[in-house]
Amino acid sequence: MARAPRASEPPLPNRERPGEPQPYEATNDELLQFYKEMLLIRRFEEKAGQLYGLGLIGGFCHLYIGQEAVAVGLQSALDGEKDSVITGYRDHGHMLAYGIDPQVIMAELTGRAAGISRGKGGSMHMFSTEHKFYGGHGIVGAQVSLGAGLAFKHKYSGDGGVCMAYFGDGAANQGQVYEAFNMAELWKLPIIFVIENNQYAMGTSVNRASSEDQLYRRGESFRIPGIQVDGMDVLACRGAAETALEWVRAGKGPVILEMKTYRYRGHSMSDPAKYRSREEVQAVRDKSDPIEHVKRLLEERGVKEDELKSLEQAIRKQVNAAADFAEQTPEPEPAELYTDVLVERY
Amino acid sequence: MAIEIKMPALSPTMEEGTLAKWLVKEGDTVKSGDIMAEIETDKATMEFEAVDEGTVAKILVAEGTDNVKVGTAIMLLAGEGEDAATAAVGAGDATKEDSAQGNAAADETKPADTVEDSAHPAQEKVDTGARQLFDAASHKAEVADPEVPAGTEMVRTTVREALRDAMAEEMRADDRVFVMGEEVAQYQGAYKVTQGLLDEFGDRRVIDTPITEYGFAGIGTGAAMGGLKPIVEFMTFNFAMQAIDHIINSAAKTNYMSGGQMRCPIVFRGPNGAASRVGAQHSQNYGPWYASVPGLIVIAPYDAADAKGLLKAAIRSEDPVVFLENELMYGRSFDVPKLDDWVLPIGKARIMRPGKDVTIVSYSIGVGLALEAAETLAGEGIDAEVIDLRTLRPLDKETVLKSLAKTNRLVVAEEGWPTCSIASEIMAICMEEGFDDLDAPVLRVANEDVPLPYAANLEKLALIDAARIVTAVKKVCYK
Repeated sequence: MARAPRASEPPLPNRERPGEPQPYEATNDELLQFYKEMLLIRRFEEKAGQLYGLGLIGGFCHLYIGQEAVAVGLQSALDGEKDSVITGYRDHGHMLAYGIDPQVIMAELTGRAAGISRGKGGSMHMFSTEHKFYGGHGIVGAQVSLGAGLAFKHKYSGDGGVCMAYFGDGAANQGQVYEAFNMAELWKLPIIFVIENNQYAMGTSVNRASSEDQLYRRGESFRIPGIQVDGMDVLACRGAAETALEWVRAGKGPVILEMKTYRYRGHSMSDPAKYRSREEVQAVRDKSDPIEHVKRLLEERGVKEDELKSLEQAIRKQVNAAADFAEQTPEPEPAELYTDVLVERY
Repeated sequence: MAIEIKMPALSPTMEEGTLAKWLVKEGDTVKSGDIMAEIETDKATMEFEAVDEGTVAKILVAEGTDNVKVGTAIMLLAGEGEDAATAAVGAGDATKEDSAQGNAAADETKPADTVEDSAHPAQEKVDTGARQLFDAASHKAEVADPEVPAGTEMVRTTVREALRDAMAEEMRADDRVFVMGEEVAQYQGAYKVTQGLLDEFGDRRVIDTPITEYGFAGIGTGAAMGGLKPIVEFMTFNFAMQAIDHIINSAAKTNYMSGGQMRCPIVFRGPNGAASRVGAQHSQNYGPWYASVPGLIVIAPYDAADAKGLLKAAIRSEDPVVFLENELMYGRSFDVPKLDDWVLPIGKARIMRPGKDVTIVSYSIGVGLALEAAETLAGEGIDAEVIDLRTLRPLDKETVLKSLAKTNRLVVAEEGWPTCSIASEIMAICMEEGFDDLDAPVLRVANEDVPLPYAANLEKLALIDAARIVTAVKKVCYK
């Protein structure tokens, strides 16, 4: 896959638009941190796929492999104290990018009591209110209006926060997305709508499902500006996040970021992905892999291969430990079946 | 001959109104489309337009007159070529009585309604099923609610005002509470339930939405997840079908799916059930739908005191609540306790009428019919106990089973479809947990199992009525 073209067309004269995002100028430490986080997601997801194959993870399991630069780049720009994040069911990466412990995520995938949702949510339904991560939602597109609600809360309580709501190219065709767009712009809600365009809504390519396939334009009739971003380049992602945050924090209302990315695996673990060729996937891996990209940059900056190697080993160890924990930690007590249905007693 | 202009019905449930202002005077000529008067219904001030052309011969009801019954002649209009003065005189005696009736300070020797009946049969009242529901909804509980402290002063309040008061009180107490929905702010509520809230709380907390149920239900739910306490008004619950995904998948399940981390304290409220002659798409009781969902609280009050006390409880709850009101009930007045903080417990049924021979279980507008049936049955020597469930989830099984243990016979009356209904649920509970107490099979009286028709006669056939409850009760009493 070729790198995504540079962002938006020339601004329309009748209204203000955000400026052209610039690639983020990361320090060596920051770049190393991006690399570490992206690699953690990659290794974690590979392990999850393996555990799924062993029958330790059930149901639906949607892997984030190939899209790591998006969550890592964007979330690195957020203020963890006040901003919120919400996403759909392909949520492991966003949680890891937020520094949530891989052990409790993996234990949730295996349905254990120590899982972040006590084993009652599973892969698609994970939350961490402590990290202002609001899920993890299984219904395609639901997180877009819910995210607008989180943004409403930020504005209502004047806490200065911004909500980042992720959804895919598939969800971008859901009706409620446009209901949320309309109200978000009408009320100038502080929200960044992030369309992770990984080219396929399950097995349907964007072109087969979207009459306007340039998804960053989807906000035009609501006067929401959109920016198309190379989602395989973590520095472009971070740069776009800076531009978007500047716009939203200035009270100018929502903005759309279309992240052109690619998932290497099937839609979920049970998807054989017959709708695209092996060559297509391999070409992206070879030419555009987001982790290899950062690795090259690090090497160019003189980071020693030994250092990268030991870092990689540490991550592998961390993921293996999470997997061991997730396998061994007990399932929820039967009594847990009846807890958390309601908060109060009546 | 002069044309008699009659007090118009300006809403499906309007029976009388205030003639707020005349915008024409005697001698004026009017043509169709001219606004002749402003009339206040129980919801709003409406403009009353001329249809016929002519000269205003006589104004029969003075402006500022309250309680003018629908169908009362309010003006005489002389047709083209007709002399206005002659027309006014020609209308003669009958009109005198009318204006006397219209005058609030009128002749007290003659009750107003007899004047109306004799002089002018009111606008033909279409006898519909909804009319029967509406009429029965004037029935009050026959015993005091044990939740009300003895000696409490009671204030006559409409259900509409009680709901508004509940919201206003909770909004004063907690800044996290806000209300959003279609026409809730500037329009003052499609059914005027949010009247006055915008003035008091401003547009930060009383928010008009576009017509976009799925979207604003999602925004409300997201705001609740973020820590606010939204009240989302649906203009009617029929439109909430567009939003049911957020009510169930997002609001009801999140606390469980997150292992108790993420709460969703939201109230979805609005009118539910059959209204009057609005046809199938606007007439449905969603009580059983929502009551089948774990993670939701479902409340369906009957009278104004319950509407207020339970809505306050709903707003305070940390759980998502579906609060089902009834349009036909909004204008009905009941006693509401004058207390600083009248809050009722969620999940507790109420005995509306104690009895020993048979139990009638109902909720929402069905309670009026159940009370009416109990009255009829009392005349025939059957002493019925009437239970208002008030909360549909969690259901107060204990009160139902206790009553069954006393009466040994039970009928469920429900304004809604019979299949997979609250009635079905009550019957199952009686079978599972009250079998030994039963002296007869439990029967359900519900609407017919068809989409609600528009035609007045068919609507009446489709909707539950008191007579059907009486028949069912006699059957279980073997009488």
